[in-house]
Amino acid sequence: MILHSALRSLVGTVAVVGALAAVPAQAQSVAVTSIVEHPALDAVKDGVHEALATAGYTEAKGLKWQFQTAQGNNAIAAQIARKFVGDKPDVIVAIATPTSQAVVAATKTIPVVFSAVTDPVAAQLVPGTGPSGINVTGVSDALPLQKQIDLIRKVVPNAKKIGMVYNPGEANSVVVVKQLRELLPKAGLTLVEATAPRTVDVGAAARSLVGKVDAIYTNTDNNVVSAYEALVKVGEAAKIPLIAADTDSVKRGAIAALGVNYHDLGVQTGQLVVKILKGAKPGDLPWETSSKLELYVNPGAAARQGVTLPDSLIKSATKVVK
Amino acid sequence: MSVYSLWGSLEIGLIFGLVALGVLISFRVLNFPDLTVDGSFPLGGAAAAILIHHGYDPFVATGIGTLAAGFAGVITGWLNVRLKIMDLLASILMMIALYSINLRVMDAPNVPLITESTVFTVLQPAGLHDYVARPLILLVLVVVVKLALDWFFATQVGLAMRSTGSNPRMARSQGIRTGNMVLLGMGISNALCGLAGALFAQSQGGADISMGIGTIVIGLAAVIIGESILPSRRLAITTLAVVIGAVLYRFFVALALNADFVGLKAQDLNLVTAVLVTVALVIPLIKQRLRRKRVE
Repeated sequence: MILHSALRSLVGTVAVVGALAAVPAQAQSVAVTSIVEHPALDAVKDGVHEALATAGYTEAKGLKWQFQTAQGNNAIAAQIARKFVGDKPDVIVAIATPTSQAVVAATKTIPVVFSAVTDPVAAQLVPGTGPSGINVTGVSDALPLQKQIDLIRKVVPNAKKIGMVYNPGEANSVVVVKQLRELLPKAGLTLVEATAPRTVDVGAAARSLVGKVDAIYTNTDNNVVSAYEALVKVGEAAKIPLIAADTDSVKRGAIAALGVNYHDLGVQTGQLVVKILKGAKPGDLPWETSSKLELYVNPGAAARQGVTLPDSLIKSATKVVK
Repeated sequence: MSVYSLWGSLEIGLIFGLVALGVLISFRVLNFPDLTVDGSFPLGGAAAAILIHHGYDPFVATGIGTLAAGFAGVITGWLNVRLKIMDLLASILMMIALYSINLRVMDAPNVPLITESTVFTVLQPAGLHDYVARPLILLVLVVVVKLALDWFFATQVGLAMRSTGSNPRMARSQGIRTGNMVLLGMGISNALCGLAGALFAQSQGGADISMGIGTIVIGLAAVIIGESILPSRRLAITTLAVVIGAVLYRFFVALALNADFVGLKAQDLNLVTAVLVTVALVIPLIKQRLRRKRVE
């Protein structure tokens, strides 16, 4: 009897050990943080999640997925970074510049994948182009600006002065403005700037450009994107064509936008995460820029802002908004 | 909650302890509702970050950041005392002006310090993890600042400043130049906030134009939490209390960040923090009621 029970417990132990061995070595964990909840940044997060699922990493199969936003507050971003580093996930995904800086400052060992950072070198996340050699890699959302200028020329061929509304407090926008100041004159255009430090200033900034510019171009500036309707109102009243860089703005009244699809940017970010989960070193993976650009056009908005879009442009569009 | 996140809360809490001490001087000692803090905190950070970026010694940079923020506070005081602009409005004017000034100082919205040497990397003792060393360095600094303030408020000038806040008419009748006291107090208050900003930028990998948002709210919350936990009429106790309040606030945020197990989501963070702080504020009241019941 005693022998029997001892035997049974032994069999039980063997079974438990066997079951443990069958489970994959260790459950993977990914921690994602973003500075604020915002349609584009949320699309990045969802894209990362989707890429992980495609590669077979799902919560059902033991993936530990964690998401935190700093609600726009840098001190909270710093605390989230500390919490993540303490939780020791396999990969930390940091969305947008301030969050990425907080995470990179907090750890030199845990792999960090940044996303939606326009200039990761200027932000000191990585030392330069190519593999970083440290624990950081990621995907930048920088737009090839020459293509943006080409688009402006196609929409308004005889424009001379291009207005731009942006938030002087947003690192991503300031990078774009600095580059445009150099690039536009080479294309025979001049840049006229109007700043909007808060979302409520966007309308006033746009009105200040009336009579001074032939078209208004905007980048993915958070303030401008949040208050795009204010810009549309001015554009339609004063017949100033609006060209955006955020494709969603086309649905809201921009004539055209050649932009990054933030969901795809997230998927691209997620693919880097998968590579690291499979054993790649972040320092060996060069950071990337968005591989896919999408052109959205809105012929109705074009008519309201006093221009007609060339058929070739409409035909080349990924999406035509009616 | 991991040890790492606890040390992180202590570190950020101690930095905001300096803000709390600054807010204590303006709001409580001087009775001056000062919102300059939202601009002087990032000014300290911006000035320190850009100087370090250009190769200055981090201690010199931190000192200049502190002085610049103190100067901003003096200007707020000057707007109020000499130009007779209402205190709250004067501080709001200074706060919005500082937004542009900070952008000018940094010449960009963001100055990273990830690869630069900072006061923390210079003071880093060998054999101690940096996440432990930073809070310890800050603890020493905050204790020194607290003791310096306690000493100051017991001096002739310090007492004159306190009387300026509690009863300006009587203070003037005693020959105290209350206007100068307001300028001095506002300078010290904002210098402390600027010092906090300079240290925050160096511990968090850079200065950002948005780093000042909500600083005054957190500073005030720290003061009120501290006062309700350690109520005292002695300033030396209150200076200790507000620092504890600032650290506690950060622990509440860390706790809220770990509240996902009860089904709370990322976007609930501010709400959870607010509820935790409310609970902390109500506890003394409940204690008092219970005590009264027992007496009956």
